[in-house]
Amino acid sequence: MGHSHCSSACRFRFCALAFKAAVLIQRWYRRYVARLEMRRRCTWRIFQSIEYACEQDQIKLHNFFSYLMDRFTPSSSKERKLPHAFCRYAELEKYCDYESMEVPDSYVGPRLSFPLLPDHATALLEAFKQKQQLHARYVLNLLHETRKHLKQLPNISHVSTCYSEEVTVCGDLHGQLDDLFLIFYKNGLPSPSKTYVFNGDFVDRGKQSLEILIVLFTFLLVYPNEVHLNRGNHEDHMVNLRYGFTKEVMQKYKVHGRKILKMIQNVFCWLPLATLIDEKVLIIHGGISDTTDLDMLEKIQRHKFISVLRGKKRKESNRNVEIQEINGEDKAQASPAEQDGAASACPQSRAAQAPSMANRLEFSRWVRQTVQEQIERCRRLVDVSESEEEELTYSSLVSMTDLDAPESFRSLQILDILWSDPMPQEGCRENTVRGGGCYFGPDVTEKILKKYSLQFLIRSHECKQEGYEFCHNRKVLTIFSASNYYEIGSNRGAYVKLGPDLVPHFVQYQANKTAHTLTMTQRISRVEESAFRALREKLFAHTSALSSAFKAYDKEGRITLSTWATAVESVLRLGLPWRMLRPQLVRSAADGTLEYQSWLEDLAMEQRSREHIQSGLLEVIYRNRSNLETIFRIIDRDHSGLISFEEFHQTWKLFSSHMNIELTDDGISDLVRSIDFNKDGNIDFNEFLEAFRLVKQSTPAARAKPPRSHDANRI
Amino acid sequence: MGLIAEIEKKITEAFEVFDHECNQTVDVREIGSIVRSLGCYPTEAQLHELLAEVEEEEPTGYIHLQKFLPVMTRVLVERSYQPTPEDVLLHAFEALDVNKCGYLTKEELVKYMTEEGEPFTQEEMEDMLSAALDPETNTMRYKDYITLMIVDDV
Repeated sequence: MGHSHCSSACRFRFCALAFKAAVLIQRWYRRYVARLEMRRRCTWRIFQSIEYACEQDQIKLHNFFSYLMDRFTPSSSKERKLPHAFCRYAELEKYCDYESMEVPDSYVGPRLSFPLLPDHATALLEAFKQKQQLHARYVLNLLHETRKHLKQLPNISHVSTCYSEEVTVCGDLHGQLDDLFLIFYKNGLPSPSKTYVFNGDFVDRGKQSLEILIVLFTFLLVYPNEVHLNRGNHEDHMVNLRYGFTKEVMQKYKVHGRKILKMIQNVFCWLPLATLIDEKVLIIHGGISDTTDLDMLEKIQRHKFISVLRGKKRKESNRNVEIQEINGEDKAQASPAEQDGAASACPQSRAAQAPSMANRLEFSRWVRQTVQEQIERCRRLVDVSESEEEELTYSSLVSMTDLDAPESFRSLQILDILWSDPMPQEGCRENTVRGGGCYFGPDVTEKILKKYSLQFLIRSHECKQEGYEFCHNRKVLTIFSASNYYEIGSNRGAYVKLGPDLVPHFVQYQANKTAHTLTMTQRISRVEESAFRALREKLFAHTSALSSAFKAYDKEGRITLSTWATAVESVLRLGLPWRMLRPQLVRSAADGTLEYQSWLEDLAMEQRSREHIQSGLLEVIYRNRSNLETIFRIIDRDHSGLISFEEFHQTWKLFSSHMNIELTDDGISDLVRSIDFNKDGNIDFNEFLEAFRLVKQSTPAARAKPPRSHDANRI
Repeated sequence: MGLIAEIEKKITEAFEVFDHECNQTVDVREIGSIVRSLGCYPTEAQLHELLAEVEEEEPTGYIHLQKFLPVMTRVLVERSYQPTPEDVLLHAFEALDVNKCGYLTKEELVKYMTEEGEPFTQEEMEDMLSAALDPETNTMRYKDYITLMIVDDV
């Protein structure tokens, strides 16, 4: 080997050796990096497909939730007829009165007085950094003032770069206050020389949604010309019921939480829908559709669109027929066998991975039929005659002019703005995944840009690994500001700055010190671990279905790994590359086969060690837990954490019919009697879950299982 | 399920992970990642040869699954681009460690990786340094690093 005093021959030999050694090392290294890259992408896919499956769940129960909302909201039918703003606000003001609220001397948090000053804003930021909580009185006061301010704003805010040199646009924050702090730290606070646009989805998922709202609303009032807020699809109380914001508020404000939530509901509907920079860059939260009409959007009474679950839906059947005609397909209904096949043929998650048009159609047809069937069953069970309100078909909507367009069409305009996603293919399709809005193609973008002389669109709504992403030939920019959204290290957040030249400049960040100190490998491993944990939980939740699927291929208890992959996909339908993921999920025997029963037991053991509850019931609960919680919160109108027996009874009938659990009236009464609820006939959420478990046990299949032991660890 | 069919399924899965537009094509720059994550250890030169086989007549910057599948199937069936054994990797580092100290300095590492063999890009070099270099001594203890690079083959 080479020493510096070696002969030239020696040195020559060393050079040749060094070359070979280098090639070898580089080969290994490149293979290692490629493996990491594959793991990173697979992990991302896992998170996205699970998120998608969750939203799919929501869509299946979507009509059911709507129905519940209508049933359990008092005088809801009357509300629809009356103009929203006037009559109700007087009542609202009385209910949410804060002036009589006393703030004790012991309160050390910030005290706000109106009109707000910059000092109030900085005091709030400091307080939140110290983990203090703003007194309910000030929260309500702030919300009142915010609502007052928002009411005078137009639907589309107009911003100019000539006043403030640069405009900073931020995307989804989702309750991640640390990200907002980081943005302010890197970019500076809002001020007369620093304009900000926040593009929706301030709340849900993250644990500090309320703090984010307070900060944003405060800056909005202090610098009304420099701070602009767009509404996102999560600025919607129905969505908040499911995704955590409602829970957060009730936990932080046990006494006044309900008032705060009610006020917030009234603030959300007054948030502007879009922002225009220099009349050239349109900023909306979700996207557009081929019927997006900015002139109409300017004129709509935006506050009437309270929630996505109360608006009208596009009638899918007609749109399908239209598309079928365009494709020259047969209009006949799909046979049941075809339906099953179609459902499993549609694996992909977001728009960027949408399957071929044919599959999407079959999928939406299947979803529509399933939901329709279940609604019919629900209705029959509780004997409700629902007057069929006039539902407009998609084609009829398209043909209407501005002046004639009824409220439904206007709602759809807002729905599209808040919920749509871009897709690579041309055209415009229903966004059946999210249950609202469309998938819009580059041609739709081009048309809108041309029609209104715009240069490009900025939107958010979708998590992006680098915090931002262009598509549609750089005409659509997605900006996402919640870093580590799925897990620490999963993605960066970003914000974009635009100067008078309207050329975007990006700043990326990751709001977690741990993420910085980790190497790429460690970061990927950590996120990967989290993804696989979530995936194993999902697999466990489908134990019975998987077991049957495996049995169908082999009765002796062994299957090949190839079979495993096929079977798992047919049950879970997540569209994941199972063969790539297999090593992390399954340990096979030397001959490449798997004893599936013991594999399923291993999965159960992992979950059980976290919950101490019997596996059969656990499985059902896991599958339905978030749905159950959402349903409970819908019924619990006043957010007291309690629902009455009567409400429970009615809801249970609906839900059990929906989930194929047969139970007679007597069965329900027995069930309720065995719940430990307090004397005035109220049930809290834990008891609600207990009831569910008990019912599952009393059905024939479950009776075979040994009785469950009560455990303090409730879900 | 036949061996070939299973191999084809595996290749298709790996391919689709990088197929962002769901139209059975991937960016040509991702082919290296796909081939390597399927268990192969091609050199850059070997990769270029493979690319020549799967590219279109007039290169478009995209590779079609149709062309990729048969070529990649053959690669896997014939077990081309197999790795050299791990101990040879250790010898490679030792060969570069002229003073036999058990580590390489940052300068040495950068020199060899960016000037010898099939040179790293700046990005590749930075990535390796961030993971391999001990920030206090600015050296790379290659024996420790090797354990990272040894991955279980799928």
